[in-house]
Amino acid sequence: MVISGAKMVIEALLKEGVEVVFGYPGGAIMQVYDELYKYKGKIKHILTKHEQGAIHAADGYARSSGKVGVAFVTSGPGITNAVTGIATAYTDSVPLVVISGQVPVNAIGTDAFQEIDAVGITRPCTKHNFLVKSVEELPFILKEAFYLARSGRPGPIHIDIPKDVTIKEGKFTYPEKIELKTYRPTLKGNKRAIKRAVEAIASAKRPLFYIGGGAVASGSYKLVRELVKITQIPAVETLMGRGVLRHDCPYLLGMVGMHGSYAANMGMAEADLIISLGARFDDRVTGKLDEFAKNAEIVHIDIDPSQIGKVVETKYPIVGDLKLVLEDMLPLIVEKVTPERYQEWRELVFRYNELHPLTYQDSDEVIKPQWVIERTGELAPDDALITTDVGQHQMWTAQFYPFNFPRQLITSGGLGTMGFGFPASLGVKEAFPDRVVINFTGDGSIMMNIQEILTGTRYKLPVINIILNNNYLGMVRQWQTMFYQDRLSETDLSGEHQPDFVKLAESMGGIGFNVETKEEFDRAFKEALESGKVAFLNVKVDRREDVLPMVPPNSPLKNILVFKEGQE
Amino acid sequence: MRKVIAVIVENEHGVLARVVNMFAARGYNILSLTVAPIPNSDLSRMTIMSEGEPKVFEQIVKQLYKLIPVYKVIESDNFIEKEMAMVKFSLENNLADIDALARCYNGSISNVGEDTIVVSVVDRPVRIDNFLKAIKKFKPIEIVRSGVSVIER
Ligand SMILES: Cc1ncc(C[n+]2csc(CCOP(=O)(O)OP(=O)(O)O)c2C)c(N)n1
Repeated sequence: MVISGAKMVIEALLKEGVEVVFGYPGGAIMQVYDELYKYKGKIKHILTKHEQGAIHAADGYARSSGKVGVAFVTSGPGITNAVTGIATAYTDSVPLVVISGQVPVNAIGTDAFQEIDAVGITRPCTKHNFLVKSVEELPFILKEAFYLARSGRPGPIHIDIPKDVTIKEGKFTYPEKIELKTYRPTLKGNKRAIKRAVEAIASAKRPLFYIGGGAVASGSYKLVRELVKITQIPAVETLMGRGVLRHDCPYLLGMVGMHGSYAANMGMAEADLIISLGARFDDRVTGKLDEFAKNAEIVHIDIDPSQIGKVVETKYPIVGDLKLVLEDMLPLIVEKVTPERYQEWRELVFRYNELHPLTYQDSDEVIKPQWVIERTGELAPDDALITTDVGQHQMWTAQFYPFNFPRQLITSGGLGTMGFGFPASLGVKEAFPDRVVINFTGDGSIMMNIQEILTGTRYKLPVINIILNNNYLGMVRQWQTMFYQDRLSETDLSGEHQPDFVKLAESMGGIGFNVETKEEFDRAFKEALESGKVAFLNVKVDRREDVLPMVPPNSPLKNILVFKEGQE
Repeated sequence: MRKVIAVIVENEHGVLARVVNMFAARGYNILSLTVAPIPNSDLSRMTIMSEGEPKVFEQIVKQLYKLIPVYKVIESDNFIEKEMAMVKFSLENNLADIDALARCYNGSISNVGEDTIVVSVVDRPVRIDNFLKAIKKFKPIEIVRSGVSVIER
């Protein structure tokens, strides 16, 4: 089949089973859009209002469904607008294929109109990228892009296609399979290494499972649950690992890290063996590194060898796909590990949960943000999908929402991108139109991609935004209070910083509610659900509430603060 | 700590930028870099000399492996290291002295022009350092070093 480069792009998407593309057209990508026009009905396109929104939506689609998210953008400002989205996906290992237009091959390097060195810009924030120099190489590159995006440690792939390459015709045979000499992700774990790790677990006194995003990405949550159930070893989850265990799992100590639970952090501090299941010892988890896990040995299972030993000395490294490793590991565990062995340790760490449970002081005068999260957990169906923006509301969501399954929480963990939550929620809704999708956000973050209300309206993606409105850039305000003697430099969002969220929503076909009491919240939530519109619940919450517990930055985990100063 | 690694890569555009960026992104200076295709293959070999903490190096090597077009990273304590230097002198010097010195460093006179000569030598990098010290008195006009290449013993 001899077809144009643009047609090759669309044909490849169909071959890859892509159902929806998020994007924004422009000069250099017009040929591809023209081809898309001819495929109406076969492939859906969602036109966002901003390229950043398109990438976050594709990202939300990918994270919730496990499929590859696809986006089109034009050259120059199109791709630069997309960069924050690509970097967000990169740091959280999300499979995306982003296709950008580029000026014609012979104009590259001439400072042509809307020319930018796109592959130069995306190189450090993609798993891999391609500049397509001829139409002949396009079919293979398209195949390679999808293969790379979803295999090994997943990640975003960027393909930059000059306009003349999209116009030119070439032979199109889409490779069925692909083998790359230089890329062979290790999948199976080394048997001996697995055996040694099991022996270490069997002889440990105070082992702890440390569950991260890798347990979600590898689709191994059932095996992880089995592992925890069989061994009865206490477990902690990272922000990205939320939902791998059910929130009511009797062996779950809660979330670990800067705003993790007291018990989870003390568990990490006192364990003698930390078993990382796809977690990467991020600095938000380890606290002060010199004092982290001083008395612990480490088992680290990760598909990405560069993660192992990056932060902590690892005695038992296992490189491989977590799912395959656990399949090999479980029979050995059954054989060698007796749960009674850890009884004393279990009692000790779970006592920490009784000593300082994750909690907050509720109030009758003002709505507490944590109450909103808990209440939403009660009102929403069990299979609701949750996105967040970045800030205090994100941490409260991770702490207080009752997560039941992996991919239920979709949040920008690695890059911490404000403005992620709302467009991501639209992508989630596109993937799961029959589920309730809720975005917890702040009055700062929501304004960063507020234009996408129109996208939600136009494509009938009724998501519910719950704004925990504290009239502050709350998380920064909290740090200013704690570490800068309450000098609130440029974080007060009261007065004219606040839009009228009700009118704003309505002006773009959405629906808005101002909420000041618990009763109003319940009513607004119900009405939002029934409205079928993009909804905003602008909830006035306690302005000065802090996220606690907190491991102060660069402190050892055991220095975790549980109470606000002067309060007990 | 000074360290030399060899990186075998797919010979394609952008690959040098990807490799070099691993060093640049960590604020590591590359002391020398040589690249050439590997005969009868579609691979190239880069030899990179850099200076830095061993732990950071370990990380760079792992990250290099992660780059899709990187086939292999060779680290070894058992490299034979060679470097070439070319030096231009004025013809006013005593040619016999310069020639004798060059011979001590596996070198010779490569070219004699109207008023300059060019000498080239091939040796271990430390020996090249010594050679360059030794020829100072002949007031070299220009010195070009090739950067180090290595092969495992
Ligand atoms: C794009 C971007 N800019 C700046 C920051 C730094 N930052 C982190 S949290 C935060 C405040 C967020 O405020 P808001 O969305 O109102 O949430 P709250 O913390 O009040 O819940 C800021 C400015 C960021 N994470 N992302």
